[in-house]
Amino acid sequence: MTPLIVSILGAIASVLLILVVLELIRTRRLRERYALLWLLTGVVLATLAAWRSGLNTIAGWVGVRGYPPAVLFAVGLLFILAVLLHYSTVISRLSDQNTILAQRLALLEQKLREREETA
Amino acid sequence: MAELELAAPTLEPVPGLAGLKRMAIVPAMNEEASVGRVIDELNAFDPGMDVVVVDDGSVDRTAGIAADRGAHVLRLPFNLGIGGAVQTGFRYAFEQGYDVAVRLDGDGQHLATELPKLLRPVIDGEADVVVGTRFGGDGEYRSTAVRRVGIRFFAWTVSRLVGQKVTDTTSGFQAVSRRGIALFATDYPHDYPEVEATVMVAKVGLRMQEVPVTMRERAGGRSSITAIRSVYYMVKVLLALFVGMFRKYAVPQEDK
Repeated sequence: MTPLIVSILGAIASVLLILVVLELIRTRRLRERYALLWLLTGVVLATLAAWRSGLNTIAGWVGVRGYPPAVLFAVGLLFILAVLLHYSTVISRLSDQNTILAQRLALLEQKLREREETA
Repeated sequence: MAELELAAPTLEPVPGLAGLKRMAIVPAMNEEASVGRVIDELNAFDPGMDVVVVDDGSVDRTAGIAADRGAHVLRLPFNLGIGGAVQTGFRYAFEQGYDVAVRLDGDGQHLATELPKLLRPVIDGEADVVVGTRFGGDGEYRSTAVRRVGIRFFAWTVSRLVGQKVTDTTSGFQAVSRRGIALFATDYPHDYPEVEATVMVAKVGLRMQEVPVTMRERAGGRSSITAIRSVYYMVKVLLALFVGMFRKYAVPQEDK
């Protein structure tokens, strides 16, 4: 069985994560689109931490004997990987868009300069 | 363009409209088949209304066709999504000092001839945002089951949040006053913006009104939204609505 203190700390940490994410959205420092995965992470981890018998059962399914909280770590790690992968795709898109913006700006400046010279 | 109108005076489509600086925002993404007709219908309805087409990263001839028909074209360098595209139009309206802006989709489902119903409450100072909703509800409107449930669900939720009956939170057929333009220019939500915008409008104390209008069946029928995407958007918009309740909004003050 999971030590009680691990369950309590795990649940508190997950709920804190959820609250921080919600506050970041409210103050517009985080867009809903990028917050959903974090919120899902928080909810899943909070559930697993608080639902002690459930964590035990799942640990049994996946062959974790002895120390069920290991499942908590594994799930947490998996979600962090998912968030990171998601961010990699987001960064790729942003850098593509950034390139387009820089190119358009250069073209625009050139057009403007030519117009000023002829004027 | 305005001089032409003086040479051949036409009847004012709505009393009081001629004295206002007015424009139409037409967001369009790959709408080469329909955007020309939308512009023609707007020009026929009111030649004094400037038409601004926001081309949201089209890969077809949308921008060229719009420019040929005499519309002002704002060409976004890449796809921003409907919220970002529409807000581009509102920013233009704000900076150019327009008194009233209407918004119609580039796919032609919104009829320019229905605009008087939307404009009247704005011109009379009764509302800041007037939304045209489908006549007879969602029944005749073809869409996926998930989407229909979503529309109904959001209509119910938003009605409760704003304390006013709202039947259609997805309609992009709108008329907006100067105050509404100022608000949307600085602050406009992203995907499915109308749901959040409705709540935002209520929170800042602007007045919203719904009027029933007739809409045209979508010619293309290419609703690109799958069931899974619908669910994703529903969760996202719900989250935005929830967080939005704890947010502070304000209409920017103008010094003029």
